[in-house]
Amino acid sequence: MIPVCRIEDLPAGESVRLDTTPPVAVFNADGALYAVDDTCTHQDASLSEGWLEGCLVECPLHAATFDLRTGEPMCLPARRAVRTHRVSVVDGTVHVHLTEPTAVPVSVRTPATTTASAAVTSGPLATKGSAA
Amino acid sequence: MKTVTVVGASLAGLYAARELRAQGYDGRLVIIGAEPHFPYDRPPLSKDFLANKDFLANKDFLANTDLAADSDFSANKDLAANADEAAAAPLGGAAPGGANAGGAAPGGATRGGAIPGGPTPGGVTRGRPLPGQAPLDETTPDEAPLALTDPDEIAELAADWLLGVHATALDPRGRAVHLDDGRTVVTDGVVVATGASARRLPGPRLAGVHTLRTLDDARALRAELTRGPRGVVVIGGGFIGAETASTCAALGHDVTVVEAAPLPLIPQLGPEMAAFCADLHRHGGVRLLTGTGVAGLRHAAVGGTTGPERVTAVELTDGRLLPADVVVVGIGATPNSGWLTDGALADRDGVRCDGGCVTSLPQVVAVGDVARVGGVRAEHWTSATEQPRVAVRNLLAAHTVETFSALPYFWSDQYGSRIQFAGHRPADATVRIAEGSPDSGSFLALYEQAGQVRAALAVNRPRPFMKVRRRLRAQRSAEPDGTRSARAAP
Ligand SMILES: Cc1cc2nc3c(=O)[nH]c(=O)nc-3n(C[C@H](O)[C@H](O)[C@H](O)COP(=O)(O)OP(=O)(O)OC[C@H]3O[C@@H](n4cnc5c(N)ncnc54)[C@H](O)[C@@H]3O)c2cc1C
Ligand code: FES
Repeated sequence: MIPVCRIEDLPAGESVRLDTTPPVAVFNADGALYAVDDTCTHQDASLSEGWLEGCLVECPLHAATFDLRTGEPMCLPARRAVRTHRVSVVDGTVHVHLTEPTAVPVSVRTPATTTASAAVTSGPLATKGSAA
Repeated sequence: MKTVTVVGASLAGLYAARELRAQGYDGRLVIIGAEPHFPYDRPPLSKDFLANKDFLANKDFLANTDLAADSDFSANKDLAANADEAAAAPLGGAAPGGANAGGAAPGGATRGGAIPGGPTPGGVTRGRPLPGQAPLDETTPDEAPLALTDPDEIAELAADWLLGVHATALDPRGRAVHLDDGRTVVTDGVVVATGASARRLPGPRLAGVHTLRTLDDARALRAELTRGPRGVVVIGGGFIGAETASTCAALGHDVTVVEAAPLPLIPQLGPEMAAFCADLHRHGGVRLLTGTGVAGLRHAAVGGTTGPERVTAVELTDGRLLPADVVVVGIGATPNSGWLTDGALADRDGVRCDGGCVTSLPQVVAVGDVARVGGVRAEHWTSATEQPRVAVRNLLAAHTVETFSALPYFWSDQYGSRIQFAGHRPADATVRIAEGSPDSGSFLALYEQAGQVRAALAVNRPRPFMKVRRRLRAQRSAEPDGTRSARAAP
């Protein structure tokens, strides 16, 4: 569990990047918090710098869009999901619970693996101070 | 339409094939590619691939092992050998099993009916690729990430891939594509996606002199760069030259860039931003010589008088002589339109299209680097991915029902800086730094004309750039005619 920031420092529409290895991006999508691996699965771009719209983020380099709830790419050129991580807010502090690397979705075309990864996604968790 | 032939099996050709299927075309799809490779991505060739970085880093490793483990890619080598042989064999006849249907032209035209799966005497692969026809080396971590497609998608596209084969002519009515192996593909529609080739210097081919356009080019250049520190001269300071110089410098080579213009990239970026890019070279430890052309290359026989001739130095028009172990020629690209001999279709500056990517023949469309769409030919990755949707729509509609109006966009990675550019830069635009500063290496510059933003350039500033790009795009769709612009930024 990695503390990220105070919830008030991550207002709706904003994102932060964690310098973990690999880096993780945390988004506040209209009140719902999501965390995914920061590096686009297409090439080298930081999704925390992307364009957030609803629970979709558009990569700043070639505009692949990812669904933050599942990590799945919604369009080309990305063809693989980004890994999702669970987010919780404890006493007003946002935390990320890193998903084990073994749970990385291998391929967007491998539904079994993808589902397994989606299952560990927390989804929206917006209320301040609530536990995971 | 019963048969559509895509000529050029790279970025724009693959996107066209995808669009054909996505837009409901379920007839026969033939994809002809001069390179032996399935579609791969070129931008990394001057960047991470050339740097031989662990290009997959944290992202592509699993997909890569996935690919390598895929039975169709790693499958038995005899099939690979067969496919290779088949592709190289003389191609008089058609595939067994009736691919040569009804009234085929002499020389083995294939028409109509499906070509059966597996290697055929014509080297045609239907559906899943055979190992011999997937010569990206998927087992190496650095080449797998270049692949633009995968075996599943290749199977879904259900196309006949003719790889390692050049189209040599299109019949005057656009109903047949002639190939350099003697075959003819009879077709109802054609997508021209033959891209561009690196321009070369005149004179004999010399060892040590490289261009950088194809995977094979990049493999050859990289092999030379991993043989210890070299003196590298890059001729041409355009994007590919600059990226190559940057990568060579990062690899520890001694690098000089020679640019004939007073500054590189002026036509693309204007003088102010061109000056910024020139500084990137200098800060990156690369010598930039501007305002001087190349008079010729000096060479010597390797290992005595009988060995192959190898470059030794670059002679400049101002008389200077630059010793060189390796020379990279980055002096632009010429569109591969020479095979279209019909002057109404194409000339030296590409395939002439209307605003909807349609040529003078409604059943022939063109996309990507080869296409001059509405008078403009772009050599940008994004155009090659965006044009196919419009081109295919118009092809299937048999006339232009939609025009291509996407905002031009490209990026370049040099010396650790990511440069992004969007819009049309009028020659008389003024440049305003809207955020950050060039000195800090992170900024957003707006090109303004009469108080309106017409284009934007960002260096290591992706977020604000995205905002402006969207605004420019929205403005553009609001003003479908000539004067496209966005209101001045706040
Ligand atoms: C090293 C490098 C770096 C780049 N970096 C960037 C970048 O950072 N940003 C950016 O926006 N763009 C970049 N580009 C440009 C981008 O890669 C091109 O715009 C894009 O590849 C165009 O795609 P295309 O399919 O139109 O043409 P191409 O990729 O050129 O493909 C055309 C294909 O058609 C084949 N062909 C040609 N003639 C025939 C024939 N007669 N019959 C059959 N097949 C034929 C060719 O062999 C080739 O495989 C870069 C290009 C290079 C080379
Ligand atoms: S790097 Fe994200 S879409 Fe290309």
